[in-house]
Amino acid sequence: MKRVNAVIVGAGAGGGIAAKELSTAGLSVVLLERGKWYTANDCRKDDLRNQSSIVLGCAFGPEDKGHPRVWVDANGVPQTVVPSDGGKYQNVAACVGGGTLSWGAQAWRFMPQDFKMRSTYGAPPGSSLEDWPISYDDLEPFYEKAEYEIGVSGDYSPDPFHGPRRRPLPMPPLPSTLEFSILEPAAKRLGLHPINIPMSRNSVPYNGRGPCMRCRWCDGYICETDAKNGTQNTVIPVALNTGNCELRTECMVKEILTDDRGRARGVAYFDADGHLQEQLADIVVVSASATESARLLLNSKSRLFPDGLGNRYNLVGRNLQGHQYTGATGYFDFDTYDDVGPGACIAICDYNHGTPGLLGGGMLDNEFIRLPINMIDRLPPGTPLWGPGHKQGMRDWHKRTVGIHGPTQQIPTADARVTLDPTVKDKWGMPVVRTSGNVHPITFEVGEVQAKRAEAWLKEAGAIHTTLSVNRRDVVSGEAHQSGTCRMGDDPKGSVVNRYCQIHDVDNVFVIDSSVHVTNGGFNPALTIMAVAYYASAALVRNWKGTGFRS
Amino acid sequence: MQSKKKSTLLTRRQFVAAGAMGGAAVAIGCTAGNHGNWDFLSDGQARTLAAICDQIIPADGFPSASQAGALTYIDKQLVRHFRRHQDAYRDGLEKAEAMSRKRFGKDLAELTSPEQFEVVSAIEQQYLDFFNLVRAHTLQGYYGSPRHGGNRDAVSWRMLGLDEPPLRGRAQYNLKKGTHS
Repeated sequence: MKRVNAVIVGAGAGGGIAAKELSTAGLSVVLLERGKWYTANDCRKDDLRNQSSIVLGCAFGPEDKGHPRVWVDANGVPQTVVPSDGGKYQNVAACVGGGTLSWGAQAWRFMPQDFKMRSTYGAPPGSSLEDWPISYDDLEPFYEKAEYEIGVSGDYSPDPFHGPRRRPLPMPPLPSTLEFSILEPAAKRLGLHPINIPMSRNSVPYNGRGPCMRCRWCDGYICETDAKNGTQNTVIPVALNTGNCELRTECMVKEILTDDRGRARGVAYFDADGHLQEQLADIVVVSASATESARLLLNSKSRLFPDGLGNRYNLVGRNLQGHQYTGATGYFDFDTYDDVGPGACIAICDYNHGTPGLLGGGMLDNEFIRLPINMIDRLPPGTPLWGPGHKQGMRDWHKRTVGIHGPTQQIPTADARVTLDPTVKDKWGMPVVRTSGNVHPITFEVGEVQAKRAEAWLKEAGAIHTTLSVNRRDVVSGEAHQSGTCRMGDDPKGSVVNRYCQIHDVDNVFVIDSSVHVTNGGFNPALTIMAVAYYASAALVRNWKGTGFRS
Repeated sequence: MQSKKKSTLLTRRQFVAAGAMGGAAVAIGCTAGNHGNWDFLSDGQARTLAAICDQIIPADGFPSASQAGALTYIDKQLVRHFRRHQDAYRDGLEKAEAMSRKRFGKDLAELTSPEQFEVVSAIEQQYLDFFNLVRAHTLQGYYGSPRHGGNRDAVSWRMLGLDEPPLRGRAQYNLKKGTHS
């Protein structure tokens, strides 16, 4: 197979952007994706089988068969799990676009403090809390690039908490919904600063595609009108149009190949027919998600790297983190439901930072439209779990319920980690991801404060009953927001990659995805993955000196 | 093509209406497999399960679980995504029947609704894992997408006052201009 300049592993948020940036700069690129390329024609509006409600499996991959993982519980007992087991599996979609195909599309910037968590709060005992080696200011131009090239609608202007920005978002927010009109004045009465959620969704025609048609099938689904923006309908087509980028789907990378001098020479992968292939390249970019990128590095063992690539100091796979989601549900004596999608529309960032005695916090926002299937276990306390009372409860409350939740920023720990399972193998015979550990206990405390804040907002809006959703689960919460397993840093002994996402040990291997996040902010992380991908790709292109790449 | 689609729907509606009017939940099971009317369940198991499902979602002004096809949903998935629950169903349904016969000397399906309620409550008490499984699957079949055999004719969505097919988005959307009307 023809040698290329760059082989990229994973066509998600990070890999899609790297493919576009490298191929438009003239590098020859092969983009390998383990999943398929779905389009709007694959929108099934199936509430039992999508990427959010996975009762009948994950619609956009991976399938249960052949993709086991192992989860180790708090007592150290390992259990084999499959993708449709949900949280314990730590799944992200396996498809072109990755999570950005079927996401809810909240496209938040992190705040300046989110990059300086250790110097803002100090590292609590038992944590591995650190600052990022780069700042909000370093990323600001690349956040903007992501917002304009992927396409984000919204308006940050009522929010005094985010860092400075040079340009407003390229599209205005969608018109408000009934929930917005109930929640906005309530937040203002509490002295809060509600804003329209920045969404990677067209509110007006943009980038050659039309606006959101406001149906109720959004988070977890492919957009029927292709108004939701991900890498699969923005940067990846641009990359392919350069003529420099070849996308190969249903290709599972086995390992990164290295030469005798300790540099990468390409990857070995199983193609769609299960045949082992080699793709040689000057540089390798790993963009396979926090769990799978760590697994690939750990599976890339050789004489010079007996414990896996980039793992000289036993750091690959550590600091796995996602978000601790907590909040509250409010029940009203008037209709709050107008069936106007996507549903999630209003958020506050008042509680991300700045509460004395509290280590961080997170954004709070209302939910995507709650389909009936998501309502069956969300009825007010005292409602029978079955029988005529449950059926009546569904009729009484489905249109009179508002949920407010948010991603509490996690305090990372080194014990929350991805390793290779010693016995369980996937369908290609490769050792699978094994996850263990939990979040830092402080994260639970912050999450519980956040839930009470959500409840106060709902009560102010007129809720007659409220319930808190808080939990101290025995599972590290990576899932769709998973990050942290190949931490970025200046110190080669304390991090896996440098500030440009380049593995300290091996200068022609890059990790460009959420794995490099030192901390994961109190926001949905995709736009930050994208901004870092633009930032790292710019550095890579800047240092590109032809086929003999040297940093 | 349009008219063809429409006639299929009509046939289906008539079929469903016939099933619901007959009140014979079991008759709704469609594809003939190794077990008579069902892919996984025996006719006896189906009768027992229908009685449990209809206690979880009884008929009122709107159909019960089995009338809306929840059994079809569960049965289809027991040879597909719920394959790993086959033993739990076999075992749990047997225990439910044993309990019914011990208390009332009759099959669960032959009991009055208050008697069935008593047995199903006892199942919930004594075999919570099995009950929770059936409860979850019944509610999924009733409130989830009709494409999997439950929620016939989107009856639960219409019960909740949701447009079906969901017209809201499309109605507001001008497909020619790509804008909102």
